Amino acid sequence: MYEFKYHRPGTVRQAANLLVKNEDAKLIAGGHTLVPVMKQRLASPPHLVDLSHIEGLDTIEMKGRSLVIGATAKHAEVANSAIVGEAIPALAELAGLIGDPAVRHRGTIGGSLANNDPTADYPAAVLALGATIVTNKRRLKAEEYFQGLFSTALEADEIITKVMFPLAKKAAYVKFRNQASRYALVGVFVAKRPSDVRVAVTGAGSDGVFRVAAFEEALKKRFSHKVLDGIAVPPEGLNSDLHGSAEYRAHLIGVLTRRAVEAANAKD
Amino acid sequence: MAKISMIVNGNPVNANVDPRTLLVQFLRENLRLTGTHVGCDTSQCGACVVHLDGKAVKSCTTLAVMADGHEVKTIEGLAADGAPLHPMQEAFREHHGLQCGFCTPGMIMTAVDLVHRKGHELTDEVIREELEGNLCRCTGYQNIVASIAAGAKAMAKSDLA
Repeated sequence: MYEFKYHRPGTVRQAANLLVKNEDAKLIAGGHTLVPVMKQRLASPPHLVDLSHIEGLDTIEMKGRSLVIGATAKHAEVANSAIVGEAIPALAELAGLIGDPAVRHRGTIGGSLANNDPTADYPAAVLALGATIVTNKRRLKAEEYFQGLFSTALEADEIITKVMFPLAKKAAYVKFRNQASRYALVGVFVAKRPSDVRVAVTGAGSDGVFRVAAFEEALKKRFSHKVLDGIAVPPEGLNSDLHGSAEYRAHLIGVLTRRAVEAANAKD
Repeated sequence: MAKISMIVNGNPVNANVDPRTLLVQFLRENLRLTGTHVGCDTSQCGACVVHLDGKAVKSCTTLAVMADGHEVKTIEGLAADGAPLHPMQEAFREHHGLQCGFCTPGMIMTAVDLVHRKGHELTDEVIREELEGNLCRCTGYQNIVASIAAGAKAMAKSDLA
């Protein structure tokens, strides 16, 4: 790991000022993506701004009809939160599937979303549920937030403060793990929302998380896995590597979407 | 350099460290607490698991500066020197929950955290799922699982947390 200067702001405003003042500064919260890439020297930020001491940034609460999760809420906190379990149980289950118990004690929702790893779990939930990413500057809709591999709409001095999830009528997440890394080879989050159905896929797309319009239209007419029969996901634009071909991933998207719809319906 | 202070195994510790020092480096090299191991160094194997404010974390993926002001417990802190072993350590000894022993400190720290979270009656299925982040390259899982199940029960009758 290369040398860096460490900063520990007490407020989001101080953190944002540090980002403005120090070019190429990076934010750190749980550090479970950033520390590994710094150790590999794939990242060498000259300044680290630690968000983990900012009070109130990890609050989980209901605000009106939205579930609001603070940026530094850890995966284990989301997984075990009674508020999340009541409001969007599929989201609590997803958080409990990230990494392993020790990783879930450190990793944060804000960190996962800011990094936008193409195999991360949270992006699928945020896109399927139609969540809003709230930053120190503005509110970003999920559709405009994700912009490809490891790339988001966040500006250099922008900090995620919370994520607002509208409640869904039904939802479920099903993940097929890579047997070695345990990351999602493919993960599918299905959400039946008051006005539509969304199907978001992580792990498979060569451009990161994406929605499957053909599935969504069919499921909007009738929310049953049976309506997906005969609809195939084309392998174009999907990842192909030693873990699985694009065709295999396309097939998995169909299988996992059916399972997710069944799981969502079984929760009634 | 950054000034840090934390409680390690019940003792206050103050130091001046390079901010890039990992918690595991700080424990092993500054404090000479070499029971915590570095296995994969990529947050996968769990040989470096310690408790940070009572929760299992991978100390190879945590900066020492991020533990500043917090409480750390390592394998050395489970039972006092010369005193009887912690019930989870004793269970690993009794059930031969190790072959080469390299993964053992991390396994035990993960196991103790698991008991704190999920109680004293643990099924094999739960134990195996919870060991997702701890690898035994001798593949001696059978006895590790048996040790954790027995250690969990024994912890119910012990004063050691």
